[in-house]
Amino acid sequence: MTNVALRGRAWKLLEMVTTPLLPSDYLDLVSPLRAGADLRGRIEAVHPETDDAATVVIRPGRGWRGHTAGQYVRIGVDIDGVRLWRAYSITSPTSRRDGRLTITVKAIPDGKVSNHLVRRAKPGTLIQLDQPTGDFVLPPAKPAKVLFLTAGSGITPVMGMLRDTEFDDVVMVHCAPKPHDVIFRDELLGLDADKKLRLTEVHTDTDGKLDIARLDELVPDWAERETWACGPAGLLDAAEEYWTGHGVPARLHTERFRPAVVVTGDGGEVTFSTTGRTVDADGATPLLDIGEEAGVLMPSGCRMGICFGCVTPLKAGAVRDLRTGEITEAEPGVLIQTCVSAAAGPCDIER
Amino acid sequence: MTAIDPTAHLTAEQIEELGRELDAIRDEVIASRGESDAAYIRKVISAQRKLELVSRGVLLFSIFPPAWLLGTAGLSVAKIMDNMEIGHNILHGQWDWMRDPKIHSTTWEWDHVSPSEQWKHSHNELHHTYTNVIGKDNDLGYGIMRVDEDQKWHPFHLGQPLWNFLNACFFEYGIAAYDLELGKNLHKRRRNNPEFRARARAVGRKIRKQVLKDYVIHPLLSGPSFLSTLAATFTANLVRNLWTHSVIMCGHFPEGVQVFERRSIKGETRGQWYLRQMMGSANISGSKAMHFMTGNLSHQIEHHLFPDLPSNRYAEVAVKVRALFEKYELEYITGPLPKQVFSAWHKVFRLSLPNKKPAVRTPDREQELAAA
Repeated sequence: MTNVALRGRAWKLLEMVTTPLLPSDYLDLVSPLRAGADLRGRIEAVHPETDDAATVVIRPGRGWRGHTAGQYVRIGVDIDGVRLWRAYSITSPTSRRDGRLTITVKAIPDGKVSNHLVRRAKPGTLIQLDQPTGDFVLPPAKPAKVLFLTAGSGITPVMGMLRDTEFDDVVMVHCAPKPHDVIFRDELLGLDADKKLRLTEVHTDTDGKLDIARLDELVPDWAERETWACGPAGLLDAAEEYWTGHGVPARLHTERFRPAVVVTGDGGEVTFSTTGRTVDADGATPLLDIGEEAGVLMPSGCRMGICFGCVTPLKAGAVRDLRTGEITEAEPGVLIQTCVSAAAGPCDIER
Repeated sequence: MTAIDPTAHLTAEQIEELGRELDAIRDEVIASRGESDAAYIRKVISAQRKLELVSRGVLLFSIFPPAWLLGTAGLSVAKIMDNMEIGHNILHGQWDWMRDPKIHSTTWEWDHVSPSEQWKHSHNELHHTYTNVIGKDNDLGYGIMRVDEDQKWHPFHLGQPLWNFLNACFFEYGIAAYDLELGKNLHKRRRNNPEFRARARAVGRKIRKQVLKDYVIHPLLSGPSFLSTLAATFTANLVRNLWTHSVIMCGHFPEGVQVFERRSIKGETRGQWYLRQMMGSANISGSKAMHFMTGNLSHQIEHHLFPDLPSNRYAEVAVKVRALFEKYELEYITGPLPKQVFSAWHKVFRLSLPNKKPAVRTPDREQELAAA
C-alpha cells in the first residue's frame, strides 16, 4: 500500500475515534496554523501608516500558497463576536523571507472591519484567511514602460507590485487629500529620490479632483504606457473613458474596490431552501444581508462584488445585479453573488 | 388542565402588554450580544473537548480502578456538556449570530444518536411552537405516557413508571425514535414512505458510528482494558441519559405546569403565546454549576420564552422575567432538582392509574377572551 493510501486509512480510523467531531476539531485546539487545517493566520503586528491607515503583519497557516503581486486576500475577523469577511490587497513583496504577508488597511467612515483593524486589532489574534486571488497583476514579462494611476487606498495593490518588481521606467500619479494622507509616502519619496520611480502627487484638498485630461501634461507619454489604475469608481470610470477615447483601452488595467450601485425596484419573497427560512426582501437590499438578517449562514467576502466569496446557487426565481441592473434567472448551475444581487421577484437561494 | 385557569384574571390588553414587555427584554439582550458571549461558548467548547480527550486518555488504562473512576466521571461530564450547554443550545441557533460555520445550527453535530437535523425539527419546530398542547406537542409524555388528568386512561398506562425508567436509561435512543415518530411511522401504510425510510437510514448511520466509537474502537484502543473501557463508556452514556432525562422532565412535568387544549391555540396572539410558554414550563433552582450542567435548561421558562437567546444570558433574563410573573400575579414554578424530579415522577405514577374527570372544566381560551 502506498503512503498516501495508508495515511487515508489512518485518517478514516481517526475519524471513527472522534465522531461526530473531526480529528481537526481537536487538533485546532493546539495547532490552528498547521498544515491541513482550515487556512488561518495570526496577526503579529499592526504598524500605523497614516492617521487612518495601518499595515497588518500576518503569519499565515502552513497551507498558504503564496500570492502574486497586486492580488488581494479575503480575511475573516471576529468583531464583537461576529465573524466578518473583507478583502484587502496584499502589500508585502512575494519574496518576503519570513513568510509573513502584510495588508494595508484604510479606515473608512463606519467601516466595521477597517476601523477594527486599524485601531483595535491586537497582535496574537487569530483570523480566518483565504488563498490570495485577483487578476490585477503584472504580466509574466515585465512591461517596458509603466504608469500607476492611484487614489487613496487604491495604492495598496500597486505598492505590492512596486515592492515586488524593479521597473525600468515607472511613473506613478497618486491622489490623496493632503501630503499627510499619502500611505507609504516616505517609501515612495525614497524610491523617487533613488530614481526608481517618478512620483507625482495630486493633493485633492488644494488641487481639486484629478482631471483625467491633465495626464497629457503630467505624463505626456501615458498612452504608450501599460497602466494599472486603482481608486474610487469616479476616477476609474473617467480613466476607462479616456483610454477608450484614445483607442488604447487594452493598455489599462483597473481594480474597483466599491461597486457603482444602480437603484432598482422589485423585491419579493426569498426562500433559503437548505435552512428552510423564508423572508420578504426589497429590491435594493443585497441577498447576503437578507440572509444574514434571517440567521442563515451565508458565505461572504468583500461585500462589493469582486471576490466571489459569496457565490451561491440560485435554484428558482430571478435576481437583479445591483451594479448593472442585469437580471439573472435560475437555471441548473447558475451561481449568483449574493452581496451584489437583490431579489427581482420571489427566489430560492440554496443556503 | 387544572380546574382553575391561573391566567383567568388577566385581560386581553394585559396579555398583550406582557408580550411587549417580554419583547423588550429580548431586544435588550440581542442589542448587547458581543465579544464576551462569543468568548464564553468558545471557552465551553474548548473545555469540553479537552475534558473528553483527557478522560478518553485516562480510560486507556481503565483496568486500574482509579483510572476507571476518573475517566468515567470525566467522560460523563463531557458528554453532558456536549448534549446540554453546547449541542442543545447551538442547535437552537443561539450562536448563529457569530457567523462561525463551526459553531452554527446548520453545521453542528452532537454526541447523540439522533442526527441533529431531525432533532431540530421535532424539538425546535414542534415542541417549541406547540409547547404543552395536547395532541400537538409530543414531548408531553413522549407518546408513551399519560401526563394529564384529561387524557384518556388506558391499561397500557399502568406500566408507565417502567416505560419512563427505561426511557431515562436509554434516553438518546428514545429521542431518536421520537424524532422519527416511530409510533406513527411504523404503521403498515407509512413504513414504506421513502421520506421516512431515508430518515430512518440516517438514524441507523448515526447509531452505527456512535456505537462503533463508544463500544468498539475506544475499547479496542485500550487493549487489555477492553472490557473495563467498554463498561466505562456504557456507564458514561447511562449517566448522561439519566441526567438529561431528569433535567428535561423538570422542564414541563412538575405539578402546577399547565397543559393546553388544541382548540385553545387557534388564532393565538404573540402575548398569548408567551403566556402559554410561561405557564407551560418550570425551572430548577440552584448554583451556577447546576445551571451549567443542565445547559441552562434550569432556566426552562426563560428558554421557552426566548429559545434563541444565548444560554449564558438566561440567568440575567430570569430576574426580569420573574419580576413580570409577580407583576401579573402568575405562579413561577421553580425548585431544587430533587424536589422537581420527585414532583415529575409523582405525576407519572399518579397518572398511571385512572382518575375521575375533574369536576370543573377549564373554559376555552377563546370563550375566555370573548368574555373579557
